[in-house]
Amino acid sequence: MNENYNVSSSPHIRDRITSSNIMLMVVIALLPATFFGIWNFRREGAWLLVIVTVAAAVLSEYIWEKLMHKPVTIGDFSAVVTGLLLALNLPPTLPLWMGALGSVFAIIVVKQLFGGLGQNFMNPALAARCFLLICFAGRMTYFVYDGVTGPTPLAQLKAGEAVNTMDMLIGNIRGTIGETSVIAIMIGAMFLLLMGVIELEIPASYLVSFVVFIVIFGGHGFDPQYITAHLCGGGLMLGVWFMATDYVTSPITSSGKIIYGVCMGLLTGLFRIFGGSAEGVSYAIIISNLLVPLIEKITLPKPFGKGGEKHE
Amino acid sequence: MRLLTFSGGIHPDDGKRFSKDREVEPVMPHGEMVYPLSQHIGAPAKPVVKKGDFVLKGQVIAEAGGFVSAPVHASVSGTVKGIEPRFNPAGTKVDCIIVENDEQYTEIEYEPVKPLGEMSREEIIEKIGNAGIVGMGGAGFPTRVKLSPKEPEKIDYVIANCAECEPYITADYRRMLENTDELISGMKVLLTIFPNAKGIFAVEDNKKDCIEKLEEFIQADERMEVKAMMTKYPQGAERQLIYTVTKRAINSAMLPADAGCIVDNVETLIGIHRAVIEGKPLVERVVTVSGDAVNNPGNFKVLLGTSHRELAEAAGGFAAEPEKLISGGPMMGFAMITLDAPVTKTSSSLLAFKKDAVSQLRESACINCGRCVQVCPSRIIPSRLADYAKRHDEVSFVAMNGLECVECGSCSYVCPAKRQLKQAIGSMRKTALANRKK
Repeated sequence: MNENYNVSSSPHIRDRITSSNIMLMVVIALLPATFFGIWNFRREGAWLLVIVTVAAAVLSEYIWEKLMHKPVTIGDFSAVVTGLLLALNLPPTLPLWMGALGSVFAIIVVKQLFGGLGQNFMNPALAARCFLLICFAGRMTYFVYDGVTGPTPLAQLKAGEAVNTMDMLIGNIRGTIGETSVIAIMIGAMFLLLMGVIELEIPASYLVSFVVFIVIFGGHGFDPQYITAHLCGGGLMLGVWFMATDYVTSPITSSGKIIYGVCMGLLTGLFRIFGGSAEGVSYAIIISNLLVPLIEKITLPKPFGKGGEKHE
Repeated sequence: MRLLTFSGGIHPDDGKRFSKDREVEPVMPHGEMVYPLSQHIGAPAKPVVKKGDFVLKGQVIAEAGGFVSAPVHASVSGTVKGIEPRFNPAGTKVDCIIVENDEQYTEIEYEPVKPLGEMSREEIIEKIGNAGIVGMGGAGFPTRVKLSPKEPEKIDYVIANCAECEPYITADYRRMLENTDELISGMKVLLTIFPNAKGIFAVEDNKKDCIEKLEEFIQADERMEVKAMMTKYPQGAERQLIYTVTKRAINSAMLPADAGCIVDNVETLIGIHRAVIEGKPLVERVVTVSGDAVNNPGNFKVLLGTSHRELAEAAGGFAAEPEKLISGGPMMGFAMITLDAPVTKTSSSLLAFKKDAVSQLRESACINCGRCVQVCPSRIIPSRLADYAKRHDEVSFVAMNGLECVECGSCSYVCPAKRQLKQAIGSMRKTALANRKK
């Protein structure tokens, strides 16, 4: 009779959820926006840029970990999430090698050099986008729809022109591959909320503070048409639901999440209204990423029995 | 009505369906009975018998070794075979008195008991102490010490911990249904010691039949009340239980008495009844045997000192060789290295599982998802504390309130990266507490 029983520290049961399940759910949630983008920008061949960017992210993680003799972690899908998010943040006409370069930067410089999964202090996809914006400003702000080049609706809005909010909701407008369709993004966001992958604290505080900011400083007062255009324009929705909610680069405390959301909302408003470019979501998020350690420090919860028991 | 609860906590599958409807059956042991001298928190008991002595059931074989200690009684009649180190359920070799059971169960003559009304507070507490009663929910804190706060008249609540929030275990559940009178009698004893206290039976609402039965039995008594609580782990953790029932919160530096509370679990209260009303020492308890490797999961009345091997046989043995044995619940119990360990005062269950749910898991990097923070009943940050623990950074660990951890394991349970958070925090806590005592 075999009597070699396993021993381990308690607890002896675990919840089913795993990190790779969570990452996989994020990938699934990004699919509506991905497929819409690929279809929307079919004339520009967006599908190839998406594939190259994702593949470059996964490959660079694999090669780096092999070279460094570290366990290969591509099975956790986090590199897929990073590559896909970056792709969705790129204009469809971007040369493939630039997308690949962005992925290499995201994975190696932003993620691996700082210790790999969980250690990066900035969202890798957004940091890579900003890196590409600095390196290739022209290509990164070259937007086409249906073969016609021109400004994005958000830039038109900034210039004081009229925009069609219905088109912005559906997504048949100029923009990056994944940011144009608010409906597709919201389908994915709903999925993440229902599956308990993300919670409302960050998105809600981000959106509310952003709206408050543009109502006060936007110059249009409480104009529903203007507010809707701002909410649907640019990378706001993609940023709010998929990048501001990134676990690694957001605070772990509940009240910290709200402060973090407010920071991003105010910065986005500031950049969009007073900044030189029409868009500001990416910079708002990565600057707020840098504030996370400070936010956590001031929002440490009080423990049970020392005043913290009442917070539900 | 909104059920009483606390913030944080988890909802694992409660697994109670396997054994909850099985009435308590006695287990008749054979051969050696093993009595560890340390079945409680505090100084080990001192043996008062030697090899070759003949002992009777109920006889003291080891006396309390200090103020925070408890005596040990023989649960069978027979001959002392020796005093030697044996494995306890937690897998540590500890000194044990070994008695060869003569299967006659000849009992010692007990002191006659006085009616409760004629006993002084001191007499009652002494009886409980002499009967070897300790916290039988798992902690094993000597009950006599717990019942001796500085100002007994300032105790407002005596709380019967009827939560039984650990999955699978149904021992207290059966006790509540089958020994309702004794349970309430135990509470009456405590209410005699604490004249200003209200007696509260705090039951999770997955045990509706217990709530109904207790309510029916205490109807006439104005000093007692049943409170239904949300079914959530760790509802039975002392601090969370006190908060749930009274909205008073204590931290790691405080005792329940500081919040005007005394908490005892079901089995302990029944032990108190037997000690004070019947005048008998603690020699048995109810133990659940369950898990998917067990043929007939059930609840058993077990004489302390009985081997877990005989307990497993009483439940029909194993359907398949288990990969993992647990003494206690799956959340806070100990993985057993052998079945040849005795049932002690704090053994609430024996669980046997065909597959070990945790040995195959690989820890991966923390993704900062915050699930551990959401479930932590102590409202601390388990992921960060585990990092400090791994770096042996005791200063940061204490500053970040690591000592407030109740080691319930909820953080490890929910962690998607499968990190051994509780293990890391628990060992750092032990180190920090030991350094503090220096």
